[in-house]
Amino acid sequence: MSSFVRKRAFASLISLLLLLVAVFFLSRLTGDPAALYLPVEASEEMRQQFREVHGLNDPILVQFGNYIWDLLHLDMGESIRKARPALDVVVEAFAWTLQLALITMALVTGAAIVIGSLAAFRAGGFFDRVSSLVSLIGASAPDFWVAIVGIVVFSVGLGWLPTSGTGTVWHWVLPVAILFIRPFGLIVQVVRGSMITALSSAYVKTARAKGVKSRPIIFVHALRNAMLPVITVIGDQAAALLNGAVIIETIFGFPGVGKLMIDSILQRDFNVVLAAILVTALAIFLMNLLIDLAYALLDPRIRY
Amino acid sequence: MSAHLLEVRNLSVEFHTATGTVKAVKNVSYHLDRGETLAILGESGSGKSVSASAIMNLIDMPPGKITSGEILFDGKDLLTMDPAARRDVNGRRIAMIFQDPLSHLNPVYTVGWQIEEALTAHGATRAAARSEALRLVARVGIPAPEASLKKYPHEFSGGQRQRLMIAMALALKPDLLIADEPTTALDVTVQAEVLALLEELQHETGMGVLIITHDLGVVAEIADRVVVMNAGEVVETGETGEVYRNPAHPYTKKLIGAAPGKGAMHAPLARAEPVLSVRGARKVYGEFTAVHEVSFDLMAGETLAIVGESGSGKSTVAKMLLRLEEPSGGQAFWKGRDLFAMAPAELYALRRDLQMVFQDPTQSLNPRMTVWQLITEAWVIHPGILPRDKWKARVAELLGQVGLKPEMAGRYPHQFSGGQRQRIAIARALALEPQLIICDEAVSALDVSVQAQVIELLDGLRKRLGIAFVFIAHDLPVVRDFADHVMVMQKGRVVELGTVREVFETPREPYTQALLAAGLDPDPEVQAARRKARLALAEG
Repeated sequence: MSSFVRKRAFASLISLLLLLVAVFFLSRLTGDPAALYLPVEASEEMRQQFREVHGLNDPILVQFGNYIWDLLHLDMGESIRKARPALDVVVEAFAWTLQLALITMALVTGAAIVIGSLAAFRAGGFFDRVSSLVSLIGASAPDFWVAIVGIVVFSVGLGWLPTSGTGTVWHWVLPVAILFIRPFGLIVQVVRGSMITALSSAYVKTARAKGVKSRPIIFVHALRNAMLPVITVIGDQAAALLNGAVIIETIFGFPGVGKLMIDSILQRDFNVVLAAILVTALAIFLMNLLIDLAYALLDPRIRY
Repeated sequence: MSAHLLEVRNLSVEFHTATGTVKAVKNVSYHLDRGETLAILGESGSGKSVSASAIMNLIDMPPGKITSGEILFDGKDLLTMDPAARRDVNGRRIAMIFQDPLSHLNPVYTVGWQIEEALTAHGATRAAARSEALRLVARVGIPAPEASLKKYPHEFSGGQRQRLMIAMALALKPDLLIADEPTTALDVTVQAEVLALLEELQHETGMGVLIITHDLGVVAEIADRVVVMNAGEVVETGETGEVYRNPAHPYTKKLIGAAPGKGAMHAPLARAEPVLSVRGARKVYGEFTAVHEVSFDLMAGETLAIVGESGSGKSTVAKMLLRLEEPSGGQAFWKGRDLFAMAPAELYALRRDLQMVFQDPTQSLNPRMTVWQLITEAWVIHPGILPRDKWKARVAELLGQVGLKPEMAGRYPHQFSGGQRQRIAIARALALEPQLIICDEAVSALDVSVQAQVIELLDGLRKRLGIAFVFIAHDLPVVRDFADHVMVMQKGRVVELGTVREVFETPREPYTQALLAAGLDPDPEVQAARRKARLALAEG
C-alpha cells in the first residue's frame, strides 16, 4: 500500500512539474503586468521600477529559476493585485471552494445512490422512467442558463434568496442547488446501470434464496458491488468542482478558487495563478488517492 | 391434502423474449418426499432448472410468467402464498445451492457474514448466528473454521466454496434442499466428496434433496428416483436403476446411449517416428512452478490425452506448445525442429501445422464475424495457401467435414447452438490443414449427446486426415473413448503415462487409481460397486 502511494506521488509530482513549466512560460506570453497595473500616463521609469520590484526584468529563465528556488522554500511569491503572499490568497479562496464542493458532492452522492438504486430495482417501472427523464435533463442542462433562470425566479421574482455573496446560509442555496444538477444527473445514470447489473447477479439470487428482504438485497448485497464504477464518476465530478466551478462562482460572486483563477489570469497576477494550480492539483491528487483507498475498502479482491 | 413434501402439478412457465414467447416448461409434474433424493435430468435448454426456480420464487416476472399449475409444499401452494410468508419459506424451509459457487457468493462480504445472514434473515441474533456459523463451517469440513469465517469467497478453492454454500443452505435445517448442478464445475475427486457430504447431511437431517443435473453419473451416484426432461416436458419418471436398465422413452435411450466411456478402447500401433517430441518442458511463474519437466512423444494420426484436475498444469503444457505461454525450459521437437527455440517469424509460418480448439466456442469465436469470415481469416493471414477463387468450395467442404451445411457460412456464431459453434471452431482449425490439433477441454462445455458427436467427428478426422491430437480433458470417460495414449498430471508433474488400456485397466499410481475411482459411471450398479471400491481405497 505505502509503495503504491509513493509511486503515485512520484508520478503526480512529474506531471505537476510539467504543468508548472507550461503555465509559467505561457502566462508570461499574455503580456506585461505593468501595462495593466500602472496608469496609462505612467512614465517609463515608473514602469521599470514596477518590473524591478516584481522581478519581471530578469531574463525569463532566471525568473523561472528564482521561482523554483522560492517554491522549494515553500514561498510562492506575492500577489501583485492584493500585495499579499499568493499562497494566502489562494488558500483563503480554496477554503470556500472546498466547502462548496464537499456540501454539493455529499448531497449529490446521497441522492443519486438512493434514487439510482430504487430506479434499478424496478427497471422499466414508473419511478425508473421519471428518474431517468429527470436525470437526463439534469445531465444535459447548461448550468450558466439554469443559474440565470434561478436568479430570475428565486431572487428577483420571488425574492426568497439573495442574488450573490456569501453572508448567510441562504446565500449557499442557489449555488449548491445549481452545482448539484449536472453531477446528480450523471451519477444517477451510472448508479442505475451498475445496480441493474448487480441486481441480476448470481449472488443476489443466492440472497433471495436465503429469504433476505428486498431492502438489504438492494442496499447491502448489490450496492457495495455496484459502487466501484460509481466512485470513479464521483471522483471525476468532485475533481471538476475542486478546480473551481468557474461559471457558477462568477455568476454568484462566490469568492472561490475558480473565480480567483479567472481574475488572476485576466489581471496577469502570475504568482496567484501558479499557486492556485499547485493547491488544486494537490487537492485532486489527494482525492484520487482517497478514491483508490475506497476501492480497496469496498472490494476485498483489490490490493495495491 | 398432499402427503408429499413437495408436489409440482402441471407447472407451465413462459418467457417473453424479443424473438417471441418461449414455453420453458410445459405441464411438468413431479413429487418428492422427506429423506428422498430426486434428480431432474436434462440437457441444456430442457427446462430442468426452471421448475426449481419457480419453487424458489427466483423467476423474474416479467419476462417470465407462470401460466398454469401449482407447487404444493407441505400441502400449501407456494404460488398463491402472500409475499412475506413466501419469503419466509426460502432459507428456512427450502434452501438452494448452485452450479458456480464463486459467482453465487457475494464477493465483497466475508463468508462468515454471509452464513450468519442466512440465520439473521429469519430472526436469529448476531451472536447466536455467529456460533452456529462456526459449527456449520466446521461440519462441512473447512479447515481452520474460526479463521475461515473472516475470509472472502475468492480465498477458497472451488470445492471449499461449494461446501460453504452447503453450510449456508443448511443453516436453518431446511426440509428441502434444491441443488442445481452442484458439482458440474468441480474436479472429479472433489465432486465425489461434495456428493458424499450432501448424502451424509441428508441422513442427519432427513431432508428431501432435489438435484438438477445433466450428468447420468451424478444421477447414478445419488438419486433414488429420476425425472428426465427434454424440451420443457417430462419424458420419463422412475426409480433410477429401473430407468437406466429399461428406458421407455426414445430420448432417454438416446441420452443413455450417448454417455461416453463404453466403446472399445483404441489400441495404438507400435511406435514409429514421433511428429512431436517434448523433452523436459518447464513453466515457472515467479516462485511457483506450474509445470515440472514434462516429456512425451506423439505420432501422426494419434491422440495423446492429458488428464488432470484444476491446477495440474495440463493447459499450461498446451499453451507452451503453441508458445501462447513462453516455456521456462525444455524442448519440443516438431519434425526435428525445436518449437521452444524458434524465432517469432519461423513460429508464425509453423502456425499452419499446429492449431488449437478452445473450451468455450462462444468466447473463442468473434461474435461480429460470420462463419465465412472466421474460416477464411486464416487464408487472409497466410496468403498463398489457397487462391481466392477456391475459397468458396473449400469453405463448403470444411463445413461438410464438420457436419454443417455450406449455406450456413453467412451466419454469425450466436445463430448456432453450442455444439454447432464448436464445430465451427474445428472447421476454422482445419482450414490451415494442420497436422496437430490441440483441444483444450474442447468438449467439456457440450451436452453429452453433442459431445459424442464431436468426439466422433474428431476421431474421423484423425483417421482420414492423419491429424495428431493433444486432447486436454478432465472427463475420463471421454478420454477413454478417444485417446490412444494417456498422460496423467498432478500439480505440474506427470504421474503416469501409458496406452489408454494400461491407464484405465491397470493404473499403477495411487493418484490415477483415485481419479478413476472418483469418476461417476452412468450405470447405477457399476456406480454402487465403484463407491464401495472408493470407500475401501479411502480406508485402506
